[in-house]
Amino acid sequence: MSPNPSVSAPPVQSSRARWTTRVIGITAVVATALTVWLGLWVTPPDQVQGNLVRLVYIHPGVAWVALYLAFGLAAVSSLLYLWPRTRSLFWDRLAAASVEVGVVFNICTLISGSIWGKPTWGVWWAWDARLTSTAVLLVLFLGYLALRRVPAEPEVRAKRSAFVALFAAVDIPIVHFSVLWWKTLHQGATVLNANLSPTIHGSMAWTLLLGFLALTLVFVWMLLVRFRIGVLEDWLGTGELDVALRERQAEGAPIDEDEAA
Amino acid sequence: MAAQLIVLEAVLGVGVVLLYGAKIEVPWLIVVSCVLGTVGLAATGTLYGALSAGLRVRETLLPFLFLPIAAPVLLAGTRMWQAGLSGGTASYGNPWLRLLVVFDAVYVALGIVVFGPIQESA
Repeated sequence: MSPNPSVSAPPVQSSRARWTTRVIGITAVVATALTVWLGLWVTPPDQVQGNLVRLVYIHPGVAWVALYLAFGLAAVSSLLYLWPRTRSLFWDRLAAASVEVGVVFNICTLISGSIWGKPTWGVWWAWDARLTSTAVLLVLFLGYLALRRVPAEPEVRAKRSAFVALFAAVDIPIVHFSVLWWKTLHQGATVLNANLSPTIHGSMAWTLLLGFLALTLVFVWMLLVRFRIGVLEDWLGTGELDVALRERQAEGAPIDEDEAA
Repeated sequence: MAAQLIVLEAVLGVGVVLLYGAKIEVPWLIVVSCVLGTVGLAATGTLYGALSAGLRVRETLLPFLFLPIAAPVLLAGTRMWQAGLSGGTASYGNPWLRLLVVFDAVYVALGIVVFGPIQESA
């Protein structure tokens, strides 16, 4: 695209926002490194599962971010967009960024679960209630992303997407309770169980907790960066439109003169 | 849409009984699953139909959006029919019955609330 002086400069990010993003990013890297170190070297192997238990520091954390944090945030911000008093494209962008990062984490959940499933259950995949509903959730939110790609006015697109995000979010509680309703292959909740008493102890519990924190920080950092990209994309979109319009006008003028002559 | 589904279910039900010689062990389970399944499919189908009205890529996008959301209904319906036909393990159908009831309640309620706003935006 040729440089166009009349297109407004990109929206500037405040230095505080830049710093916050950077600090969160660095903390996320440190926390992740610490989790890896604790998870692979410090904590003992499990009595039953041996070294396989080390996946516990990753898999539930990833699932927590994808299923509850990312898609939950997407649902809440979609709701806030639809609510007339809080309607703003801010919520739409936040929902879109959240879903996009959530989809990545959802895929990671399925992959890490699959890696765990092969040695413990003997299969890569089972049509278990929780696995199936997690996969369904992924397809639902891929549908959301597909819908966003349909060209439309930003407001129309935002409203349409918000409805789809809400419909899809109804599946989240079904995923959570599927483990309780159907006694299936996938184990029940370890941390967020009914009695709120984690069935895991000592250094393993702390590592697990740190893993949750690290992955949450990674999610927040990715969300902030994606949100910023969204803002820039919108700015570029309007810029491109201006350029295209001006080019058309420039093309149109001489042709009219020729016809007149 | 609901009427079409009911007719389809009745025809298929008779077909299954006649062609496969299946014996219905728990009739109420079959009837309930049909009614609940129809409500679920009709509610979600209407919502997505309204939402995608006027979209140029509707034919491609609608099944992609609709199938996963309707998957729990289809699964639950299949399992309840299985329980209804095989009998004996009728209690097996119970969690699925609960799922269908919850699903229907949620999506019908959601439909009542958001159908107006969807129409406005379309």
